[in-house]
Amino acid sequence: MLARLGPPAAIAAVILLAPLLFQSGYHFRIGALVWINALAVIGLNVLMGLAGQVSLGHAGFFGIGAYAAAVLPARYGLHPLAATAAGAVLCAAVAFTVGRPILRLKGHYLAVATLGLGMLVAMVLTNEVWLTGGPDGMPAPRPDLGGWRISGPETWYWISGTVLVLGVLLAQNLRISPAGLALGALHDSEVAAGTLGVDVARSKLVAFVVSAVYGSVAGSMLAFLNGHVTPDRAGFLQSIEFVTMAVLGGLGSMIGSVAGAAVLVVIPQVLTFFHEYEHLMLGVLVILIMVLLPSGVVPALSSLLARRRKE
Amino acid sequence: MKSECSGSNRGRVLAWVGAVGAVFLAAQPASAADTVKIGASLSITGPASFLGEPEEKTLKIYVDKINAQGGVNGRKLELVVYDDAGDANKARTFATRLVEEDKVVAIVGGSTTGATMAMVPVAEDAKVPFISLAGAIVIVDPVKKFVFKTPHTDRMACEKIFADMKKRGLTKVGIISGTGGFGKSMHDECVKVASTSGVEIVADETYGPKDSDMTPQLTNIKNKAGVQALLNADFGQGPAIVMRNIKQLGITLPVYQSHGVASKSFIDLAGPAAEGVRLPAAALLVADKLPANDPQKPIAVGYAQTYEKETGKPVSTFGGHAYDGLMMLVEAMKRAGSADPVKIRDEIEKTKGFIGTAGMFNMTSTDHMGLDLGAFKMLQIKNGDWTLAD
Repeated sequence: MLARLGPPAAIAAVILLAPLLFQSGYHFRIGALVWINALAVIGLNVLMGLAGQVSLGHAGFFGIGAYAAAVLPARYGLHPLAATAAGAVLCAAVAFTVGRPILRLKGHYLAVATLGLGMLVAMVLTNEVWLTGGPDGMPAPRPDLGGWRISGPETWYWISGTVLVLGVLLAQNLRISPAGLALGALHDSEVAAGTLGVDVARSKLVAFVVSAVYGSVAGSMLAFLNGHVTPDRAGFLQSIEFVTMAVLGGLGSMIGSVAGAAVLVVIPQVLTFFHEYEHLMLGVLVILIMVLLPSGVVPALSSLLARRRKE
Repeated sequence: MKSECSGSNRGRVLAWVGAVGAVFLAAQPASAADTVKIGASLSITGPASFLGEPEEKTLKIYVDKINAQGGVNGRKLELVVYDDAGDANKARTFATRLVEEDKVVAIVGGSTTGATMAMVPVAEDAKVPFISLAGAIVIVDPVKKFVFKTPHTDRMACEKIFADMKKRGLTKVGIISGTGGFGKSMHDECVKVASTSGVEIVADETYGPKDSDMTPQLTNIKNKAGVQALLNADFGQGPAIVMRNIKQLGITLPVYQSHGVASKSFIDLAGPAAEGVRLPAAALLVADKLPANDPQKPIAVGYAQTYEKETGKPVSTFGGHAYDGLMMLVEAMKRAGSADPVKIRDEIEKTKGFIGTAGMFNMTSTDHMGLDLGAFKMLQIKNGDWTLAD
């Protein structure tokens, strides 16, 4: 029970307590960015950490979610919250349709196929100017709920934090459900899982669809927080950033996903202090973490703590 | 999870918390009550670094100069610059940071249109004047109360080019444009104003931002019957490749480029293939060739000499936009006699007859760019250098 509720409770505690250190809306924005990225990374972690399938196109779903939140209200008068739901459904549908054929691929081949999917989304968002506003992006409306206009970094800090905790809870539940156990089994060996009666193709597809929905909801929240969307959110670099966050924090770890997102969102802000050297420092830092803590920040630290405790 | 922390563990955790806290404290900008802060988020690295780099250098050089002369209203300026690498999401974060953390009284910058548009809501919500250095017309149309810009719009570039074509009797145009933000926006504006300018677009081709060969598109245009002139709407490396391909294909049509290539690096990249190309640009590039009675001459020559002396690099119009933005802001602060953002905004809007590197600015409540077509000069590249075409 504790192992199941521990991570969501810990994350909720951080979300509740962090504002004690905050002094301005800027801090709330950074916080909200961490939670939003973490949500997308938790989705990716269901696919990568749990099911062991690589995706280099996760930002494609992030981008679809972001643009659904911008395009549907602006062009078709849909309520922004309904647009978020529509984006999630669309992502699930895309993941379902595309996932069936490409999840037959393994390893590098799967990575390249997902890469293509992400790039395709970014290309459509860049080129369909009539719909998406083209390379310079388009404004996203600020949603209102019964007259209450939802805007400002502080509001979105709390909303994104709440959605993150819900996302963590759902992902935890998935992990210990029969479907999640099946995913864990095929992570270890697809052949062995198959002989044990796991429907390998279907299980992978479930993981892919779930990860897509997480990415989409995170993208929609980013669109609302920013009030403006650009195609680079669906781009290759964004996908790589998500994978880096997942691996850096620790594959398969909920808290790791949040930690990975926090590192890659907060550290560049701190490093602006070093002006020209910030990219260099960030690179060195990431390399150091991967060399010294190869299983990711959170799993490495927790096993270190566990070992100390035994001594 | 039994949590009985041993003493050493607790010590370690505290040390970690302390270290993280120290990093945060170190990141807090030192507060100096007697300075006025001006913020900038520019694309100093990344694909648009050819914009952001000269912009940053210009701002730094001139803020130092202004401070050496005693600052503005008796207070020194403090410049806070962040590098958004052309990423709209980062620009948005830095804009928030400038407003909320650094408490700047005004923002200059946003090198690209995408970054600018992401920063606009922050400036509007916080009621902080924001002078963008990006090109597209969407920034000031519709007018946003706190948002201004100093570069010419792409629509003006199209009008200037088409006017020059008509004067030379060229009315059937083939367009080749990049699909990046700048090329796409300019292409759309050119299509919009073509009919009213009396020019017909008979061929329309595009290429991607990373393409390294445009011969197929150019061959299509070459084979189109009746094309009299070629227009390339893009910035960065694309136009240089287009010029070389044109030369290779032996196309002899008159070629027009946009104001997006108005830097020496374009001539260097394209080499002899750039010979004879025409483009609309600020008078800055031909500062020393302007007639002596041109009111822009002293400003343009002064900026060009200062920039080239301080950086050792040839001047580009992009840095000039930053100069215009900063100087216009400083003038407005002097007139307002205060560092109150709303008062500064009001004074920026009242800017009249301000002469910058891009031309003469006359802001109104309905025009937050303030330049007219006269601000553009038609230039032609001759012997590897800019010359006035007319």
